Amino acid sequence: MKESQGISGLILNEPLLWERGERGRSGFSMPRRDIVPSPVDEGLTGDGPDFPDLSEVDVVRHYTRLSQWNFGLDTGMYPLGSCTMKYNPKINEKEAALPGFAGAHPLLSAELSQGSLELLYWLEQYLAEITGMDAVTLQPSAGAQGELTGMLLIHAYHTSRGSRRSKIIVPDTAHGTNPASASLCGFSSVAVQSDEKGILSPGAVAAVMDEETAGIMITNPNTLGLFEENIREIARIVHAKGGLVYGDGANMNAVMGIVQMGKIGFDVMHLNLHKTFSTPHGGGGPGSGPVCVKDFLAPFLPVPRVVFSGGTYRLSEDLPQSIGRLHAFHGNFGVLIKAFCYIMSMGGEGLKQASQLAVLNANYIKESLKESLHLPYDRPCMHECVFSDKLQEVEKITTLDMAKRLMDYGFHPPTIYFPLVVHGAMMIEPTETESKGDIDRFIEALRAITAEARDNPDLLREAPRRPKVRRLDETAAARKPCLTG
Amino acid sequence: MRYLPHTEEDIASMLRTVGVERIDDLFSPVPPDCRMGEALDLPDALTEWELVTLMDKLAKTMATPPAYRVFMGAGSYDHYIPESVLYLLGRSEFSTAYTPYQPEISQGTLQAIYEYQTLTARLLGMEVANASMYDGASALAEALLMAIRITKRKRVALSPLIHPHYREVVRTYLRPGGYEIVELPCLENGRTDISGLSSMDDLAAVAIQSPNFFGCIEDLQEAGKAIREAGALFISSFTEPLAYGLFKNPGCQGADIVCGEGQSLGIPRSFGGPGLGMFACRMKHVRNMPGRLVGKTIDRDGRDGFVLTLATREQHIRREKANSNICTNNSLCALASAMYLASVGGTGIRDLASLNYDKAEYLKRGLREAGCTVPFDTPTFNEFVVEFPKEFKDTYQRLLEKRIVAGVPLATWYPERADHALLCVTETVSKKDMDALIQEVES
Repeated sequence: MKESQGISGLILNEPLLWERGERGRSGFSMPRRDIVPSPVDEGLTGDGPDFPDLSEVDVVRHYTRLSQWNFGLDTGMYPLGSCTMKYNPKINEKEAALPGFAGAHPLLSAELSQGSLELLYWLEQYLAEITGMDAVTLQPSAGAQGELTGMLLIHAYHTSRGSRRSKIIVPDTAHGTNPASASLCGFSSVAVQSDEKGILSPGAVAAVMDEETAGIMITNPNTLGLFEENIREIARIVHAKGGLVYGDGANMNAVMGIVQMGKIGFDVMHLNLHKTFSTPHGGGGPGSGPVCVKDFLAPFLPVPRVVFSGGTYRLSEDLPQSIGRLHAFHGNFGVLIKAFCYIMSMGGEGLKQASQLAVLNANYIKESLKESLHLPYDRPCMHECVFSDKLQEVEKITTLDMAKRLMDYGFHPPTIYFPLVVHGAMMIEPTETESKGDIDRFIEALRAITAEARDNPDLLREAPRRPKVRRLDETAAARKPCLTG
Repeated sequence: MRYLPHTEEDIASMLRTVGVERIDDLFSPVPPDCRMGEALDLPDALTEWELVTLMDKLAKTMATPPAYRVFMGAGSYDHYIPESVLYLLGRSEFSTAYTPYQPEISQGTLQAIYEYQTLTARLLGMEVANASMYDGASALAEALLMAIRITKRKRVALSPLIHPHYREVVRTYLRPGGYEIVELPCLENGRTDISGLSSMDDLAAVAIQSPNFFGCIEDLQEAGKAIREAGALFISSFTEPLAYGLFKNPGCQGADIVCGEGQSLGIPRSFGGPGLGMFACRMKHVRNMPGRLVGKTIDRDGRDGFVLTLATREQHIRREKANSNICTNNSLCALASAMYLASVGGTGIRDLASLNYDKAEYLKRGLREAGCTVPFDTPTFNEFVVEFPKEFKDTYQRLLEKRIVAGVPLATWYPERADHALLCVTETVSKKDMDALIQEVES
């Protein structure tokens, strides 16, 4: 292949924060003291925290060096399956930082906060349209809190009908958050296996669905990147026994403008704005996990709700059946602004095109790599494709080895060892914002790595060589945790 | 579309590789009865310049400083954020990365979060802190669930002076599990009444906020003793961690779990979010803690490095048996607070906290002289309750016309406090601004 994009360059060592600085330095412009000191109850005062004193230059160098040890989406392709690492538009950052938004107190009265309420109101409408649902709450702070919200809604719905249901069906391909969210609501998870095509069969669902079961949690497209073709039939089976259908919208990026989940049997679903709607993930959040529901679940949504009447927007707490609050205020507003900007910049046609190209990119990778890597489900995929390390087993090379070697080539590895139904899974989601040229380089790198696995497997076992550190001892980290310095 | 890099030629050649003719053919696995008939009903795409105009229009309607003088706290505080913090936080190596699942190329985030955990533990006086939670409210709910897991008891007690919204979130989280929530009474001096604890048994935890919702500093030492005697875990929560620059931290007063909102530490108010759920506990409880943790280790060559650790507590390994379902948290906000605390420093945080305290005392004195009642004599940090002399609504409205937002009315949550407001002053409010408020109240 042509020259690899991963090369070594100069990066600098940097000590821990408190190993820098000298007592008496400051990186903060302390406001002038325009009032006299007041006496303070000595019995209540403490010594103050043991923090280092640093100058502004110290702080800037420290974090600049740290940042250079990181690989971000702006650095290069980040094909982390199910995480949808698409490009994060820069204008959206600027808009979220406008003083009118960033400086706004959350308890300002409605007449003093019309712009923010208007934005929230319309973002709810747009997400309802994209999902084919009727009402939306923007309060959940991330996908997992959205799932919890969805489970609480299902729990409240059954309770309101005097029905106590204790179980929830969760397919074996689900994210770990699904069963964890369900158990927070006291539901026990009933696992259901996907069939030989990698999707749910109506028979498997019918076999476990009963009147003790509150509903089913389905990720569609699922985590194998496959569309749940039997979804309408499955929804019919679940509804017939009084259950509800929950949609994990982690993979909504594949079907915007193509499928409206509210129209094909889903009653409630969450979205991950940091996946489908391009808000940056921030190395672990803040995210945002709006929940979209059909009309009959709207009375249970969290308060406050944004309402529009008489030409003004306001917040209403008047929802007697509400599950209550999920967030101290109105959710991650700063993230919601960015998602709103993204939708406004893309328009309906643009969003559909994004999904089409995301699916094209994934299928292109699947077709281009299926000779080099084992493809457990050789079918048209949606936005991601899942390979395994089966062909490399003879050389005792694992998915982990290949993932680490990809770093040396200058790519972020895909999601590995998930979904659990594929042994040694390697889940690749390029997203629509990767160009053919970048994807070709990624394909070339993976082909080269599979060749190395044959010819020089130690290169993989020793990988990565080029990043700041080599493979880290995770067992030691867990056995003797050192969590503070 | 500028975010979509495909040319017509790219698309044609990729479709050939895939072996289909048209893009629509890629969607053959989607049954026809699952497809949308028409196009999405959304506004037409805006250009970047049109978007800027729209957003400017929306943002301009908001009542924010400097046009307005806003004396509001109640869980969201106005503090200066150094430009260097905003600048560093904008580095896309931090902001456009995912959760650091691949530690070799995420050492920046990992070391920064390790440092955040350390600074948080030191600020709160605790042994270990996690990589962050969503916000102060859900952090408190998770702390109570953690105490329920540790003690295997089903009953918790809350101070009525914990932020009312936090208590609502707690109810949302605890309701389906069938856990009982007892609300403690409140004393005349604006502190929590803990005298009834001795008669309550089987409590998993007691949660107290300090400074509490009325701004009053609770006697956590005494509370801690009573809670231990009741055999419960002591959860100390907060909305204004800057207070621990001046007042004793909860850890040194016996708290088992400390959690709260870190928005004060370098994060814009942003209409209430994203903020930062801070969460710390004693080391002996670490395996029951929710959330991500970064730990120090070594690489194959013996060099220091950092990884996500103790993952066996978490949802992706334990699934339904996990401590929590949390996955994505508020990492970038944690980073912001670490950058902020590094900039302010040990000396600075003391000075800054004192300045907040002194400013609030100045306004308290001024308003008292102007005829307001300050109902509680307990020390406060940077916010406090006042009872306005005349009809509150009129005063509040009159001040609003002068672009002064005179605090947060308390009647919404405490109906017995009809003419009361919670006022907040931070270092961003000048003496001139406070004098203006005092003068208006007087007139």
